[in-house]
Formats: sequence, structure tokens, C-alpha cells
Amino acid sequence: MTVQTTEGATPVTKEPPPSGPDSRPPGEAAPRGRRSLPSGWLPYLLIAPAVLALTVFLGYPLVRNVLVSFQQLGRMEMISRATVWTGFDNYVELLRDDAFWAVVVRTFVFMAVNVALIMLGGTLIGLLLNRLGKAMRLVLSLALVMAWAMPIVASATVFRWLFDTQFGVVNWVMRSLGFAGYEQHNWFQTGFSTLAIVTLLIVWASVPFVALNMYAGLTTISGELYEAARMDGATNYRIFRSVVFPLLKPFFLITTFLEIIWVFKAFAQIYALNQGGPNRESETLPVFAYVEGMSQMQFGVAAAASVLTILILIVAMSFYFRLILKQEDEQ
Amino acid sequence: MSNTTLAGPAGAPNAVAPRPPSAPDRAATRARRRKTLGRIWPNLLALALAAFFVFPVYWMFSTSFKPAAQVLTKTPTFFFTPTFEHYGTATEVELFWTFVRNSLTATVGAVLIALVVALAASFAIVRMKFKGRKGLVLAVMMAQLAPWEVMVIVMYLIARDAQVLNSIGFLTLIYFVMVLPFTIWTLRGFIAAVPKELEEAAMIDGCSRTQAFFRVIFPLLAPGLMSTSLFGFITAWNEFAMVLVLNKEPEAYTLPLWLTQFQSAFGNDWGATMAASSLFAIPVLLLFLFLQRRAVGGLSAGAVKG
Repeated sequence: MTVQTTEGATPVTKEPPPSGPDSRPPGEAAPRGRRSLPSGWLPYLLIAPAVLALTVFLGYPLVRNVLVSFQQLGRMEMISRATVWTGFDNYVELLRDDAFWAVVVRTFVFMAVNVALIMLGGTLIGLLLNRLGKAMRLVLSLALVMAWAMPIVASATVFRWLFDTQFGVVNWVMRSLGFAGYEQHNWFQTGFSTLAIVTLLIVWASVPFVALNMYAGLTTISGELYEAARMDGATNYRIFRSVVFPLLKPFFLITTFLEIIWVFKAFAQIYALNQGGPNRESETLPVFAYVEGMSQMQFGVAAAASVLTILILIVAMSFYFRLILKQEDEQ
Repeated sequence: MSNTTLAGPAGAPNAVAPRPPSAPDRAATRARRRKTLGRIWPNLLALALAAFFVFPVYWMFSTSFKPAAQVLTKTPTFFFTPTFEHYGTATEVELFWTFVRNSLTATVGAVLIALVVALAASFAIVRMKFKGRKGLVLAVMMAQLAPWEVMVIVMYLIARDAQVLNSIGFLTLIYFVMVLPFTIWTLRGFIAAVPKELEEAAMIDGCSRTQAFFRVIFPLLAPGLMSTSLFGFITAWNEFAMVLVLNKEPEAYTLPLWLTQFQSAFGNDWGATMAASSLFAIPVLLLFLFLQRRAVGGLSAGAVKG
């Protein structure tokens, strides 16, 4: 590397000299800034691998998914490799199927309950973290990080063990608390109780994210604001509603939509706990699409269900992106 | 009670006399008590919550170290002499090391490819002007929330047509695309945080653009690259839906898939199952603790004076 010491001498560069040195005072940022932003083929070369990868592995499958949803693709067609176009038949079949509507309703209720519990629990724990002393805050944060860090499949396996029929620790706790009927209680007996345990699993794993981010948000609020509110005689609830919530509103909205999207497409938690069983009673839309395809070999129907799920997700995502873009504009 | 004993020897007027000071006293004690209570209940609640959140993790490890005879008991045992027998059972499973290798190949491969590709793309996004830049940023943002779990069926069909079912290579490529948007997004932030003046100074000093990038920007990006790749690693390491659909042959299993199959294969051997879970979870738990402590940024703050 050569060190340029001569004052005012232009460094040896391959680029042409600035075209109008007289129009701008020398050393101003603008011409230099423009010079470091070359146009031409270089940026395209740099983004090409990323664009290619996203197109091939994300764009194409999304298009193919829509195409397959208009085909009849069962066992026969899989073997003969024939393409049979059936128009909207798969969608009509789905939308006329009561079982499908049961899955749709279940998915929405499941999502709403989960998101509500996650947001409520996360917010309250975030507020609690803000109130705790240093040592206790560290203890709780560490516990939260542990739950957050657990891989989904590992925690699903552990929950299976906690709720085991014969030797599960939860049945023991229920017996110890004096409840009858927990000698050999099967927690995965019905779709409802299976989904209740899935809910516990998801809330347990998701609350830390909200709580720790909530706490991080709370630390940005200056203590003077609380003091001022307290001077004016505000109660704790009032302070939350009138000071904390308005300030953290973007955080609340963004996190809520993020959780909606995450819970809506949750697959591993439900599938690893009970494969959508018993009797397909704990299937939500993503699990339904999977089972329809891989177990029932109805790939066309599965693709149609998947397209409908993605459409619902796109609605939620559009809200989310609008919020994100608004926040980026404000910054 | 205490009033009557006091009133006894002292007489009626005396019994009244101490009252005025005692009333505010009592109010003060009550207030103090409320204050200590106000300090105690958050701590108690925090302890209870900490126990709730840590319990499944604790139970996983504790079961994995319990002697077999103490695992399957009606009343759980909390104290025991730890043993490694379950870890033996889990790791001696046929093909266990193949699963480890598959997981590591897919994960590390995906993260490394993603880093290289994302570094190029995010550098272009941050430091260069080109047509479609905004569109690309938007696409990357949306791709971060891509519904991979809902696309497994069509991925199966695509992989089947391309005859790449049970292929770790194909899985690696999918994981690479899964972590790519997030990697671009975070690296974009890290690159934007490196002052342009540094790069320009290097170029004035005679560096070419490429040299400026590798000698000046790249070292400053190291912490960012580190944490980004660790998060990518965690995502790919945990992935379940895609490998469930694509890799049905045991030789092509990754650890998450093995873990779900392990449970059905070993039935009630919960000690071994928990050992398997622990083996799978430990790398991620360690990475997370490490990431928590890692404070990124601040490195380039002192390089340019305002």
C-alpha cells in the first residue's frame, strides 16, 4: 500500500477525473460518493447468485405449487407420470369438505389462542424483568434463554416424556395435587388435549422471545417518564396504557404479526408431538397439507390446501411488511 | 391483646396516651410491610417462572443421566447417582455417526454457501446503485418469512422429478436458501455500519476496491459474520419438515429426523431418548449462551472521528 502524502495530488486511480471540478468545491462528498457507487455490471454480478438461488429454490416451487394445485395427482399419476389438468376441482373438493373446514377453524382458533397467550405472557414477563433486581433478572433471563434455545424437535420429545401416560412427571404432579384419574392419564387421547399440549409447548418456547425483546424495549424508555406519570397520580396500569404501550406500539404490532405468521405455519411442534393424531384431530393447515400429500397420496389436493394456506399467510405478511416499512421510513 | 396487658398496670388515661404516636407507627409498619411484600412478590414470581421455563430442559438432562431403574418410576426420583449409560445406548445406535455427519454437512455447508453469497449480495445492496435494488431488498425481506413448512409437498415432487430424494446435497442447497434471506438482511446492517470513509481512505491509499473490501471491511465484519452464521447454523440444525419429506432412507437422516424416529424405535426407553435429545440440543444451547454474551458492533465506532 502506498501512502499519499502530497497534498492535493489526486491519488492514482483508474477512474476518470471528476468531470466538473469547478462546479463543486474540492473535497466535497458528493462526487466522491458517486465514484464509489459504480453502475454497470458489477452489482448485478454480485447479486446474481442470491437471485438465482431464491428463484430456483423459492420462486419456482411457489409457482409449481400453484400449478400442481390445478392437477389431479394421486398414486396413479405419480406412477404413470402423466399430467392431468383438472382446473379448480381440487379447490372445489376441499371447500366442500367439512373436514377441511374443521381444520381451517381449528387452525384459526389455535393460532388466536397461542398468539394471545404468547403476547400476554411475554408482555407481563417483560414488565416483570424490568422491575426485578439485577441478580433475579439474570436468573429469569437465563431460564428464558434456555427455553428459547431448545430445538423444537428436542423440546417436543421432552414434552412427550413430561406428559407420558405411565411415567410422566405431569401425571405425578396431578396425583400429588390430589386430582383423581391421573393414574394412567393419556394426554394425547383427543385432538383437543393434544393441541392444548402443543399450545403449552409453543407458548413455553415463544414467550422468551417476546419477553426479552419487551424488556429490551422497556429499557429504552427513560425513567423520567414514569416519574412524571407517577407525580400526576397515575396507577401502574395507567402508566402501562398511557406511557409504555404507546411508546412500544410498533413493537407490539410487529411482534404480534410475526407470532401470527409463525404459529400459523407451525409444523414441527404438532407433527413431532402426535403426527396430527389421534384420527387427524390435531391437524392444522400445514399438517393437513402434509398428511393429505404424503399419507393419502393426494398431491393435487395437498397443493391446493397449501396454496390456500399461503394465501392466508400472505394477508398476515402484508400487514407485517407494511408495519416494518413504516418503521424503516420513520427511522 | 397487647393493649390490655399494657392498660392493666398503667390505667385508663395512660392507655389512651400512647395511641397517637402508635397510629402513624402502625401505618408506617403497614407501609413498610407492603413495601417488602412489593419487593418479595416479584422475586417469588420470577423464581416460579424461571423454574417453569427451565424445568423441561432440566428434566431432559436429569432423565438422561438417571440410572435406568430410576427413570421408569411412578414417583419421579430427583436425587440419583449420574450415569452415562443412556448416552452409550443413544450413540451406539446404528448409523448414529452418519446422522451426525449428515447434520453437520447440511448445516455447515448451507451456512458457508449462504455467507459467501449473502456477502456479495448485501455489499451490492448497501454500497452500489443499480436498477431493482429496492425490489431485491423487498424480496429478501419477504423471503425471510417464506412458508417452507407449507411447501414441503411441492418440494417432494420437485426432488422426486429431479431424482434427488435422500440426497444430503439437495438438502444442503435448500437449507442454504432457507438461511440466505436472513443472512443477507443482517449482513446488510453490518456492512452499512462500516463507515464508507474507511473504504474510501483505503482506496485513496492505493487499494483497489477488492483489496479495500478484503483488507478493511471484511475484518470489521468478522463479529457480524460470526453471529449471523451461528443463527443460520441453529436454523438449519433444527430443520425438521423438509428432511421429513425428502429423506426417507435412514442413511440420509439428519439428527432431528433421527430423534423423532428414535422415540418410536426405542419405545419406552426414555433415558436413552432423553440422552439423544440432549446430544441434539447441547450444541444449540451452548451457541445460544455464547451469542447472548456477544456484543456485536462498537468495533468500528472508533475508526472514524466525527
